[in-house]
Amino acid sequence: MSPKTLYDKIWDAHVAHEDEDGTCLLYIDRHLVHEVTSPQAFEGLRMAGRSVRAPDKTIAVPDHNVPTTPGREDPKNMTEDSAIQVAALDKNAKDFGIHYYPVSDIRQGIVHIVGPEQGWTLPGMTVVCGDSHTATHGAFGALAHGIGTSEVEHVLATQTLIQKKSKNMKVEITGKLRPGVTAKDITLSVIGKTGTAGGTGYVIEYCGEAIRDLSMEGRMTVCNMAIEGGARAGLIAPDEKTFEYVKGRPHAPKGAQWEAALAWWKTLYSDDDAHWDKVITIKGEDIAPVVTWGTSPEDVLPITDVVPSPDSFTGGKVGAAKRSLDYMGLEPGTPLSEIEIDTVFIGSCTNGRIEDLRAAAEILKGKKIAVKRAMVVPGSGLVRAQAEEEGLADIFRDAGFEWRLAGCSMCLAMNPDQLQPGERCAATSNRNFEGRQGRGGRTHLMSPAMAAAAAVTGKLTDVRELM
Amino acid sequence: MDKFTTLTGIAAPMPLVNVDTDMIIPKQFLKTIKRSGLGVNLFDEMRYDQDGNEIPDFVLNQPQYREAEILVAGDNFGCGSSREHAPWAIKDFGIRCVIAPSFADIFYNNCFKNGILPIALPQEAVDVLMKDAEKGANARVTVDLEAQTVTTSDGEVFTFELDSFKKHCLLNGLDDIGLTMEKAASIDTFEAQAAQARPWV
Ligand code: SF4
Repeated sequence: MSPKTLYDKIWDAHVAHEDEDGTCLLYIDRHLVHEVTSPQAFEGLRMAGRSVRAPDKTIAVPDHNVPTTPGREDPKNMTEDSAIQVAALDKNAKDFGIHYYPVSDIRQGIVHIVGPEQGWTLPGMTVVCGDSHTATHGAFGALAHGIGTSEVEHVLATQTLIQKKSKNMKVEITGKLRPGVTAKDITLSVIGKTGTAGGTGYVIEYCGEAIRDLSMEGRMTVCNMAIEGGARAGLIAPDEKTFEYVKGRPHAPKGAQWEAALAWWKTLYSDDDAHWDKVITIKGEDIAPVVTWGTSPEDVLPITDVVPSPDSFTGGKVGAAKRSLDYMGLEPGTPLSEIEIDTVFIGSCTNGRIEDLRAAAEILKGKKIAVKRAMVVPGSGLVRAQAEEEGLADIFRDAGFEWRLAGCSMCLAMNPDQLQPGERCAATSNRNFEGRQGRGGRTHLMSPAMAAAAAVTGKLTDVRELM
Repeated sequence: MDKFTTLTGIAAPMPLVNVDTDMIIPKQFLKTIKRSGLGVNLFDEMRYDQDGNEIPDFVLNQPQYREAEILVAGDNFGCGSSREHAPWAIKDFGIRCVIAPSFADIFYNNCFKNGILPIALPQEAVDVLMKDAEKGANARVTVDLEAQTVTTSDGEVFTFELDSFKKHCLLNGLDDIGLTMEKAASIDTFEAQAAQARPWV
């Protein structure tokens, strides 16, 4: 048998039909659904008189729109249009008989945090969701990617997706990370190197010692941002850490099925002589704590650097950098560590897991915030409960952070959590686009520890100085 | 789905790289449960000021581009989220074709589901088309999907690549779900085999 990559193996195990031109029907094992990108899809099903083919493989949770303040179970405490979308999801979940975690359920949270937490996400699966950060689930060695609403409808109706195979790209992070450097710094640094279109047409497999050393939480952070690098999906081969994380989760296999699953999962790795269409290698020791300075996730620099000059770029990027700096209100040559911050946001599907809250709390312990506003939005109700149990919530509250309920919140600011025009935010989310966190809002992306450091000093800060 | 065969129309120039889906349709307009009516909010934050007045400089606010049916843009168009509201807004505005050196994957796929043709051409070709588009309403660009060509107002012809299945569906306005349903037997067979091989799924 010819050698295969991990992606090849998962792909081959899911092709339900192949046309002569290579167009395939890829069978989907898990379909995650949220309130914003699904109403039109369910409406389409109704209009065509179709049902959900595999309701048991379909899981819904409201996350994008929901308020993260108490009392949100009452629709009166939501804006009218948000309440309509949430009510539509309630109804669709019930009408079509799919698994559902309403806001009143402690298991509710950001869909990409709930899936792994509940054991819906397993190695070797195909996972899709009408959300680009579905790549997160790749951390388990699952082929996971975002789809549009028409495709959501297609998966609901047929449990398949029309796909052509992508190319294989290997991103290897060798050796060890230096102190203060985290999974977020890895994933941002990779995008800084490849650009936001560098992964277009590829599925990325992340490997190397620095990736192996990461916890499952860290691996999810890395895969989460594969989409920001343009890739269809990001993957990490499952190993003992993966199996240990999965074991005992509510929807993970048990008993004899566990053993059978484990036997297959252990075959899920790229063969030594597998073919790669593109390979990128970065030394772990070369990665620094980074922040973004512009309005594209590729605008990444070590915190010790300065705001770049547009003239240091070429082609279309010169104009883009000018526009970015203008929007961000930054002057070339300014040290990044002198940029003052108004708001700190810790949360999102990139960094809203327990390990992220621990890392931030570690920096905040016994300190007070020096910014106007800081909030922590745990990724799920269960993460929130665990953080309370571990005493992290008290550390955040004592420091002056708002301690919120689970949801997407200020990651995309569809709920009331928004930046004001010109406000500058240190955020642990994944997108720094113009207006992403509120019209005119200015976002700098970074790790939870770096965001906590910024909260304490009121400026973008090298977390290593506080360690 | 709407068919796409040929189109001759005004092309609007947007020489920006990394035009993301948040720019195309900001999140406050994703709260709809419909697919229609998003055209007025296409590029909302670039097109209108804080008070909702049009920003005259913005390309689609200029008189000569208000009826544009083609958009010419920079590299990596449509990057960011999976929101299909982006192609819905583009289509609702009246744009049926976007030309750029490259597109983000999900956006590219979403276009085809909505009767929009995204055309990827080399940077040099896009540069020529951008210049052509800058001439305004008198410069009409022609797109021929069957022949896979784009013709400038001066008659210069560029050929583009396209997946044959996507082309077939767009030319004939075919509905993906209907097509897949015809292969239900394959899906049934696969599902039964997979249930044997991986019963824990
Ligand atoms: S947290 Fe942000 S990136 Fe993640 S799913 Fe929610 S809105 Fe999308």
